[in-house]
Amino acid sequence: MTENAQRRTTSGGDQFIGKAVDRVDGPRKVTGTAPYAYEIAEGPPPAYGYILGAAIAKGRILKIDAELAERAPGVLYVMTHLNAPRQQEFGPAVTPAVREVFTRARPVLRGDHVHFYDQPVGLVVAETFEAARAAAALIKIRYQETAGDFGLEEHLAAAYAPKRTNAGFETDSAVGDFETAFAEAEVRIDVSYRTPYQHHNPMEPHATLAIWQGDDVTIHTSAQTLSNFRAGLAATLGVPVERVRVVSRYIGGGFGSKLIVHADSVFAALAARILKRPVKITLTRQQMFANAGHRAEMLQQVRLGARADGRLIALGHDVWSATARVEEFCEQTAVFARSLYAASNRLTRHRLVPVDLNRGEWMRSPGEAPGMLALECAMDELAEHLDLDPIELRIRNEPDQDPERRVPFSTRNLVACMQEGARRFDWGRRSPEPGRLREGRKLVGIGMAAAIRPNYIGAAAAWVRIDAEGQVTARLDMTDIGTGTYTILTQIAADTLGVPLAAVAIELGDSRFPLTAGSGGSWGAASAGTALLRACEALKEKILAAARVHGAPVRNAADVSMAAGAVRFGNRAEDLKDVLRRVAPEGLDARGSVEAGAGTEAYQAFSQHSYGAHFAEVSVDCDTGEIRARRLLAVIDAGRILNTKTARSQILGGMTWGLGAALMEKTVLDGRYGRFVNHDLAEYHIPVNGDVPDLDVVFLEENDDKANPLGAKGLGELGVCGAGAAIANAVYNATGVRVREFPLTLDKLLPGLTAFVL
Amino acid sequence: MQPFTYQRSEDVAGAVAAVAGRPAARFISGGTNLLDLMKLDIERPQHLVDISRLPLDRVEPTEEGGLHIGAQVRNSDLAADPGVRSRYPVLSQALLAGASGQIRNKASTGGNLLQRTRCPYFYDSNMPCNKREPGAGCAALRGFNRMHAVIGASDSCIAVHPSDMAVAMAVLDARVETVSPGGETRSIPLGDLYLLPGTTADQETVLAHGEMITGVTLPPPPAGRQVYRKVRDRASYAFALVSVAAIIETSGNRVRSARVAIGGVAPKPWRAPEVESRLAGSALSDQDLSEAAEAALPEAVGHGGNDFKIRLAKRTVRYTLAAAAELV
Ligand SMILES: Cc1cc2nc3c(=O)[nH]c(=O)nc-3n(C[C@H](O)[C@H](O)[C@H](O)COP(=O)(O)OP(=O)(O)OC[C@H]3O[C@@H](n4cnc5c(N)ncnc54)[C@H](O)[C@@H]3O)c2cc1C
Ligand code: SF4
Repeated sequence: MTENAQRRTTSGGDQFIGKAVDRVDGPRKVTGTAPYAYEIAEGPPPAYGYILGAAIAKGRILKIDAELAERAPGVLYVMTHLNAPRQQEFGPAVTPAVREVFTRARPVLRGDHVHFYDQPVGLVVAETFEAARAAAALIKIRYQETAGDFGLEEHLAAAYAPKRTNAGFETDSAVGDFETAFAEAEVRIDVSYRTPYQHHNPMEPHATLAIWQGDDVTIHTSAQTLSNFRAGLAATLGVPVERVRVVSRYIGGGFGSKLIVHADSVFAALAARILKRPVKITLTRQQMFANAGHRAEMLQQVRLGARADGRLIALGHDVWSATARVEEFCEQTAVFARSLYAASNRLTRHRLVPVDLNRGEWMRSPGEAPGMLALECAMDELAEHLDLDPIELRIRNEPDQDPERRVPFSTRNLVACMQEGARRFDWGRRSPEPGRLREGRKLVGIGMAAAIRPNYIGAAAAWVRIDAEGQVTARLDMTDIGTGTYTILTQIAADTLGVPLAAVAIELGDSRFPLTAGSGGSWGAASAGTALLRACEALKEKILAAARVHGAPVRNAADVSMAAGAVRFGNRAEDLKDVLRRVAPEGLDARGSVEAGAGTEAYQAFSQHSYGAHFAEVSVDCDTGEIRARRLLAVIDAGRILNTKTARSQILGGMTWGLGAALMEKTVLDGRYGRFVNHDLAEYHIPVNGDVPDLDVVFLEENDDKANPLGAKGLGELGVCGAGAAIANAVYNATGVRVREFPLTLDKLLPGLTAFVL
Repeated sequence: MQPFTYQRSEDVAGAVAAVAGRPAARFISGGTNLLDLMKLDIERPQHLVDISRLPLDRVEPTEEGGLHIGAQVRNSDLAADPGVRSRYPVLSQALLAGASGQIRNKASTGGNLLQRTRCPYFYDSNMPCNKREPGAGCAALRGFNRMHAVIGASDSCIAVHPSDMAVAMAVLDARVETVSPGGETRSIPLGDLYLLPGTTADQETVLAHGEMITGVTLPPPPAGRQVYRKVRDRASYAFALVSVAAIIETSGNRVRSARVAIGGVAPKPWRAPEVESRLAGSALSDQDLSEAAEAALPEAVGHGGNDFKIRLAKRTVRYTLAAAAELV
């Protein structure tokens, strides 16, 4: 354990930070008084749009006949590529700079070309959603279809190396001489894993209400990052960003699918301007499969060369991923492998295979989610080969510094996570030999995997004000996508200013508020939290300064301090409200900010990650092959935990995602039509309540002082990382059947399973 | 969804007449299947006759010692009915293995029997589908057919009937009671309600347009222990990959009679007479059970994605027989 892990938080007087504070927005959500984008009632009565999707995956529109639709009852307006308003062009498949992918123009209905199945080819706006949808079905389109490419493995020959991966990482990395070291290694594992297309499917679909007032447009939408939406929309419409206001106060989940502007927002803005009337548009659940991003299908080859004692001398992770021909997206699938284990010869590479689908997007834990399924299962395979305990194998390969960047870790308690987990999970119950543990007609297995996720920090600013009654209002254009942001920001403000939680009102989700990096990449708490902390500290200084000038006389300035709702003047305390009424009857305000982590010294001098260890116990039915998780444990090392309740919920959700990825999530692509077949939630399986067993989360006490002033690191995505691999390893331990194609459905297991005698 | 008119009917005769009189009229009960299909433009009725409030919501004993289940009895209520739970547990188990609590609260007995296939190509009007559009072809045959039929299907359609309830009713020799537009009543053995696709995949049952299911009659429960085993991709809220309903009556250590129906493998609940006859008189050794299970689905053929179902069905039959015989 590094020394930081033992050090308690330094701020001492915290009353709320670190506690299991209930969600401040909870009552509003459960009583239905927190309106989501499609429920907003603002401005004149809106019209409703319905997006018509292409019936083919690739080709051209030869003829489009919307006459019947235009005459249908209730219809106000039909938009096709023939009459679509002017928009800025989309541009090349790859943007020159990393950031532009978030802010580029994303026009709709540009010409007669179809690039993917269900691509928007028309919009009908009517008095009701139902009328719009019924009319859309009347639009007749004649297509000229051309053959598209869809299969990843059929087209591996077309693979190319992108200029960079998502988030701006190097496409390839190499240390030493991997090939030679691997060839000479005493023990070698060379395995390929397949991971499927996946879709985010947040509970709230993408939806927008657009309202124009003169040249200004307000977009009520479901966005994770308002500034991206604002920039993307302004770029598309060709208007200055100042003309666009984005509001997103409550968001029913995002998982990365709401980082950039999508067709619902663009269409709503265009149609509302033309109709001079607010327009509401939502994607249906089915439409989300082609129009709201996905995680691409991947093939991963992991090569591990070790000495007989388990020390790795060669670590190779190659990834081939599908990417849209229209817009490149390279998930950073092997990037985590650059930091996880020691090995003097290393190689990681990302290759892309173009397909005729819509773009892939950021899906919760981009990189680690699919990548750790492969590497952490391969480590399990190596452990078995070496006859070594999987935890011991990992301990033997624990690096003393970042193995590729060669800088120290800010903090790293992976070994402690694994050891603590082993103790709590009764790891000793696991049989090293698979298929040995049996209960009735179930085979029982136990597995584990490590978790790692980089710590990011994005530029953020916050404004905070206190009035003469001691009521605090803070504003940021941050979002709460269901993670608990409102709550932790309330805690930070309350603690820093020494006021009760009820005295704090956090206002988020309005692009008129100070700019933040929004919710994404697990950076929200650290970035917005630090900005708010600094704003509150600045405000506190202002209050004290005013108190020194106008307050009770004290001998020296340091004798004036603030805590627990009171201002201390020497050894006399006065209620904060009384002081404020006297010294700042108009109230006081202040700002705070934090710069993006990537450029800072602490970021360059240290390798910053959060860590964890996942443990899983599963049962496999010997007759049917049905796999059910029985208990899961995550031991988490993510710096200082700001709210143990919301943090735990994040990890629980992540573990459930891991469970889904391991056992059921897969969008089936029909390569004949370029269409996702199981495009609804009856057929696209995610875990239901009955699948989610006894889950347990343990946080190691830690405070990463290199990460940010709060000492907190990102954890929204950490719960996913490695969780699926732990389950897959448990399935192997139960059955002795290694399935290398996710998800592990029973049909893949069945051929290797012998049903016991009756 | 295309615009439609709606009426709530007060009595059976009126409802039947209202549908019979208009080719594009349909009954609606819980609507859990019909409304989804309407939203996707798969079903395009112009008129809906709501029969959900008709007085067909009772579960009553019959004179023969069986049970009559009104067509409007909700799936939840039927599963919880004390008579069903004690005397027809296979039916209760099958119902509870289906859909979700919310859907079961809405779903009716008649609607459950007549729910349509979950073939994903059937649900997308851009895809060729003989069931939706006769002559268009079958996208599933060489496509994603993991959930599809291995027996009883044809090259024109390989869809399965997705109901769990119907599998249990098949093993119980249930009869479906109907009223036709002319006022005649019929009592159709459940096994004869559904048509195999042949070259007419769009014709799914023997019911005439406007013929309403009024109820289901169960004969007195057969002797023996009843078990329903559903195999699925997740613990709940998933359609069956394979399901097996089995009833075994033993005397001493010999089987007196056995009944087996298999779900998830065919366009209708599939009785397995081969298994039933092999088991009769057997001593229930592991070998007897394995051989009987092996005999299930003799003409089954896979279509690629669903090949595994044949083995899975046999393994599940073996297990379910053993469970019904209280061996596991
Ligand atoms: C997500 C999801 C998951 C599901 N999972 C399962 C599952 O695991 N197992 C399972 O068995 N089922 C499952 N179902 C299906 C569910 O059981 C059916 O939707 C339900 O039983 C249909 O009953 P209903 O009363 O709502 O029918 P409706 O939707 O009202 O009607 C269905 C059809 O029957 C006709 N009809 C209804 N009543 C009569 C009558 N009395 N006489 C003549 N015609 C009639 C209607 O015209 C219509 O064509 C699932 C459904 C959904 C949406
Ligand atoms: S299996 Fe039947 S329902 Fe499915 S596509 Fe083929 S014809 Fe249509």
